[in-house]
Amino acid sequence: MNALLEVEKVTVRFDGFRALDDLTLSLEAGELRCIVGPNGAGKTTLMDVITGKTRPTSGTVRFDGRDLTRLAEHTIVGLGIGRKFQRPTVFPNHTVYENLELTTHGSKRVSRTLFAHLSTDERLAIERTLELTGLTDYRDRIAGLLSHGQKQWLEIGMLLVQRPQLLLVDEPVAGMTQQEIERTEEILVSLAGKHTVVVVEHDMDFVRSIATTVTVLHEGRVLAEGSMQEVQNDPRVVEVYLGA
Amino acid sequence: MTASMPPAPAPPKERRAASVLLEAGGQATLPPLSRRRARPLWEIWAVFGICLVVGVVVPLLNVVPAETSALHLSEFFVSLIGKLTCYGIVAVAMDLAWGYAGILSLCHGLFFALGGYAMGMYLMRAIGTEGNYRSTLPDFMVFLDWKELPWYWHGFEHFGFAALMVVLVPGAIAYLFGFFAFRSRISGVYFSIVTQALTYAAMLLFFRNATGFGGNNGLTDFKRIIGYSLREPSTKAALCAISGLALGLTYLLARAVVGSRAGRVLTAMRDVEAKVRFCGYDPVAYKLFVWTLSAVLCGIAGALYVPQVGIINPSEMQPSNSVEIAIWVAVGGRGTLAGAILGAFLVNGAKSWLTATFPTAWLFVLGGLFVLVTLLLPGGVVDIFAALARARGNVARGIRGAQSKAVAPAPSAAPAGPVGEEPRP
Repeated sequence: MNALLEVEKVTVRFDGFRALDDLTLSLEAGELRCIVGPNGAGKTTLMDVITGKTRPTSGTVRFDGRDLTRLAEHTIVGLGIGRKFQRPTVFPNHTVYENLELTTHGSKRVSRTLFAHLSTDERLAIERTLELTGLTDYRDRIAGLLSHGQKQWLEIGMLLVQRPQLLLVDEPVAGMTQQEIERTEEILVSLAGKHTVVVVEHDMDFVRSIATTVTVLHEGRVLAEGSMQEVQNDPRVVEVYLGA
Repeated sequence: MTASMPPAPAPPKERRAASVLLEAGGQATLPPLSRRRARPLWEIWAVFGICLVVGVVVPLLNVVPAETSALHLSEFFVSLIGKLTCYGIVAVAMDLAWGYAGILSLCHGLFFALGGYAMGMYLMRAIGTEGNYRSTLPDFMVFLDWKELPWYWHGFEHFGFAALMVVLVPGAIAYLFGFFAFRSRISGVYFSIVTQALTYAAMLLFFRNATGFGGNNGLTDFKRIIGYSLREPSTKAALCAISGLALGLTYLLARAVVGSRAGRVLTAMRDVEAKVRFCGYDPVAYKLFVWTLSAVLCGIAGALYVPQVGIINPSEMQPSNSVEIAIWVAVGGRGTLAGAILGAFLVNGAKSWLTATFPTAWLFVLGGLFVLVTLLLPGGVVDIFAALARARGNVARGIRGAQSKAVAPAPSAAPAGPVGEEPRP
């Protein structure tokens, strides 16, 4: 088995409250995994731990064999982990194009970015991203003026030009129309295989349509894991979450 | 990135797939590089004009026409312009850190003074034995009954060494201070307050006679700089010209930084620091870079300032001086380099005029100006120009729009339009 990401016995405690409780999770390269769970199950905390925003109280997170728990956020990004936040976060005073430029895969050191020019390769990637996200006509628009849905798209686009090995996507379809949701599905599914994708989502229909494997979190622990069907039929899951 | 990959054909069907997008290489037709925000050409010309006036016209009008001529500019005026130009450099430095990177420093007066002191130490040593006490030591040391030069004064008899210190001392202090502050993620008002404490502490230190920088009198009575007498009008004119040149170079440097990808990272960091981190950039490195650069520029400005005004003392390190620098930039226009220069000239020009004619009114005017600009022109005085340009642009666009509507149905997505020209929040 070729595990890309291994979360091992991770516990995160906030003032006695266990946001993650001895959580163990493993992801294979090329997988598309959905993480679901009721509010407070620890989904976002898990993302925070992987990306270095939160330090675990105990446990290790290994990415490609490297321990992430001691690394700074920007170093982790440099290793090939990209993250999309729950609320769309773009740079409001930069144009759409500049937003994409800033996330291009390349050296992020001051000494490099001072003299950096976009390579043909990078420009091509940006053009394709613009097209893919339907933002071609908005390339010179200040990102702060985009609609909510467009910002979501832009953020996904920023993640794509970054070319990460592992994409962590937090509620990608919040606030999107049905049509936009379908486009997002299409993108995420096409990414899997070459890239490893983790999606945190509340929208169960969305999860059903994209997921191969679903992990259900509850109170900081893995409650169930398997295909959507298996998970849906698990009595414990039905009890805490799915209900209907 | 593998540029050697075989060219990926991009039929419409495949173009929709994100995996294709993420593959490197390919030779699809590439549209011309996206039109960025319009280059501020008018700004470059305006600054070039200012530098030309300061660097060439003013010095020449002092030196060439006879003193009785109507065109002759007095020495006082020349030094005043030279002084304002130095303030202009400080304003650009402040704008880099505050306007573009969101680091509100309230100790830029300290960096300015440190550069000034380094130059002052050279000028003191250059007096030689011509001081009041005919000693090889600076006068204040003789007065304090010191027998030999403190160790940290050694080397300052060489202009090159002093020039190096002008850059190194403010730079090193800024780097060290910034390293600890930024690494601890101190930002916003907390950072501002700490910087203010820093300059205040330095002022108290420099006020002490025992520190060895002339106490509250500071360093003064300079005679010459690299052999040229400071009393000569031609020396003063030359210093003014050099200041103009320095301002121009500072502006070009700042413009290059702001226009680079690093500059866009700085602005992005100002707006959403967390996101910058998640794009793989280390905010500490970027802050340190712009902060240290800014401090070095202030040091250079201070070094040019001191020979022109003939004195440097610890009052330059008063916190209020540093606050004033922030006011220049706010009045002129934060986040526009020309605005910062304009602000420095406007506020300081008004200051020299008012403190001479209505000395009691100055602080009220300064306070009032700050309030008025904040209320009416939140983007600074340059907002007036921007509004004028926009009004003209709207008229032009209106005409074009009417024409294109007559020819063809309007395209669905309007390009950036007027908002694209306004970078500030």
